[in-house]
Amino acid sequence: MLDEQVRRAVARMMDMPRVLLIEDDEGVREGLRIALSHQGHAVDATGTGEDGLALLTTRGTAAVDVVVLDLMLPGMDGFEVCRRIRALGDLPIIMLTARGDDIDVVAGLEAGADDYMVKPARARVLEARIRAVLRRVRSDQVPSGAARTAVEHQGDLCIDRHALAVTKRGQPVSLAPTELRLLLELSASPGRVLSRQQLLESVWDQGYLGDSRLVDACVQRLRSKIEDDPAVPTHVQTVRGFGYRFGPL
Amino acid sequence: MRSWLTLGLHARLLLAFALLNVVIATAVAGIGYVRARDAIVQRAQDNAVIETANRMEKLFPLATRTPDNAALMAIAGEVSGREGSGFAESGGRTAGTLRPDVVTTRLRAEVATGRIAWQRLSVGNATQLLIGSQLLLVDEASRDVSPSGIEVYVLRPLDDEIEVVDSLAWDAWLTGGAGLMLAMLLALVAARSVLVPVRRLRVAAQRFGEGDLDTRLSVRGRDELAAVAETFNRTAESLQRHVAELRRMEADARRFVADVSHELRTPLAAMTAVTDLLDDEVATLPPLAGQAVSLVIGETQKLTRLVNDLIEVTRFDAGAAGLALDEVDVAEALRAILLVRGFTDEVTADLVEGLRAQLDPRRLDVIVANLVGNALRHGEPPVTIRLTGGPGGLVIEVTDAGPGLDRKVVPHVFDRFFKAGPARGRSEGSGLGLAIAWENARLHGGTLVAANRPDGGASFTLRLSLSPGDAR
Repeated sequence: MLDEQVRRAVARMMDMPRVLLIEDDEGVREGLRIALSHQGHAVDATGTGEDGLALLTTRGTAAVDVVVLDLMLPGMDGFEVCRRIRALGDLPIIMLTARGDDIDVVAGLEAGADDYMVKPARARVLEARIRAVLRRVRSDQVPSGAARTAVEHQGDLCIDRHALAVTKRGQPVSLAPTELRLLLELSASPGRVLSRQQLLESVWDQGYLGDSRLVDACVQRLRSKIEDDPAVPTHVQTVRGFGYRFGPL
Repeated sequence: MRSWLTLGLHARLLLAFALLNVVIATAVAGIGYVRARDAIVQRAQDNAVIETANRMEKLFPLATRTPDNAALMAIAGEVSGREGSGFAESGGRTAGTLRPDVVTTRLRAEVATGRIAWQRLSVGNATQLLIGSQLLLVDEASRDVSPSGIEVYVLRPLDDEIEVVDSLAWDAWLTGGAGLMLAMLLALVAARSVLVPVRRLRVAAQRFGEGDLDTRLSVRGRDELAAVAETFNRTAESLQRHVAELRRMEADARRFVADVSHELRTPLAAMTAVTDLLDDEVATLPPLAGQAVSLVIGETQKLTRLVNDLIEVTRFDAGAAGLALDEVDVAEALRAILLVRGFTDEVTADLVEGLRAQLDPRRLDVIVANLVGNALRHGEPPVTIRLTGGPGGLVIEVTDAGPGLDRKVVPHVFDRFFKAGPARGRSEGSGLGLAIAWENARLHGGTLVAANRPDGGASFTLRLSLSPGDAR
């Protein structure tokens, strides 16, 4: 216990992300906990979604930097846990899925997951994904657009690149880290078409081996928050056969 | 015989019925006709003979043994009556309404013995009866009978009888013809009653053969055809049961493989999670322990690859694999794949630029990574990847300069767990890589073909349409 407290303190000091791991299989949970601890993370591991949510509500979402969530859980399933974590705040969520369960991937992304990993997952790959989702919320790496002011007005949207805040007609818009990162990436060069591969590379750090459904799902979620009518998007437009484009309005 | 067999069952049945009818009609009508004709003609003959004899008796007693011409004429007239014609002869003289040369010598000879004799003659179209006799003299006192030397010949027409016989024949023809028609009609009905079930059987057998295992025949009646239908139904049922059983067993086997793969994945996930940690610590372990840990790490990774490939294959089998299509610049995608997989330095890339296609980039990665990885492992450098294409589609060819594929191996390289000979031993791959590559090509509506190049070395050619929608 002392060891864990020390690790937590060290992690905070060294700016190592604190991880909440929700995984029902004890072997996998232990394996991932050991591996992530070895990387220097402070890890809280729970076997059920209920326990994980309880931990988040008692300690607050600020006590955790990223959630690694298994989709196959006893009791409350991973999708529901995902939705509830989203309701609590903008914590990045990486879901663990069984290989080849495509429907799970899509449903998980729709439930608000930022990224997914197929089990069995190697610790280094998982570490890279954690770094990638966290990088998205750090202002120093957000593309700011050359010679632009920190606060941009794009139609009824107002994007503050320093405060990482978005308002729509003066009302704050709550965006998950990946959604925010995607919006910043697209709006950095309005009118320019970005392919899914480019977005996978710049937002998800994945490039060609990434899953373009990550982009599509995230675009859908982003549209539902910033568009007046998500079915007729004006900010994030689809360019059939090429990718996505911010504006023109 | 051949031509008989080439005739349809329908024609054969009709022909057989017709033949049978003709034979029976000919036999029945023919025999009846002949017997009736004989009876009628016989009776007419008998009547004519009796009548002539009666007329002759009326001539008695004769006025003289040597009648003159007038007497002979009278005798001839008396005997022949109104309908017939005749002549009488005595001592070389003849008189009457008939020319004597119609009488044959055989008849003459018979008449000369004193008997009444007759003979049928055809004069023109008509059949007539020539009756001849010698008038006899009976001595009153001694009651001796002696020939008078006067011969009488009478020709009697048989027209009435012939007419009766003709009408009889006509009737026979008519009945035979009607019978034939009736028989053909019956044959048609009979043939239909046989052929309709036969046709139904054929249609049912065909549908069954085409895979409609629910096909059954309705069984009507209890005849042989009904028995055939019943046998068909029983056979179909049994086959259907067997097929269902086989399918169930196959599905069970596949599900078992899928279940096993999924079950293996959980402990593997735990092991895989800590392999990187162990890898970091190998250097700090005693040498043998370090080697042992390295072995465990390596084998865990192999097992993971095998299980992942197995799961992928079971997904193809279950039809659960789908395409996540994206429009990509193919050359760019290939370069990215080579870069990510660490192949860039080992592979010569000859890529046509600016070719855009709709495909699933991750599945393309699986195919290319397998082909290039295979070429690097089993072939010899230089390994080349070449992209060509046009509006019709794109072609990606991966070649090496090795010894090429064994001719016997070529048809099997995409088989699951196919290893090209014991020399290869345990390879890096799971033995499923090329099978999965092939399935991925097929999922895109494309093809993946293995061959040997004329100048040595193996070549694998992937052909895809620019948009999979076109291929389907």
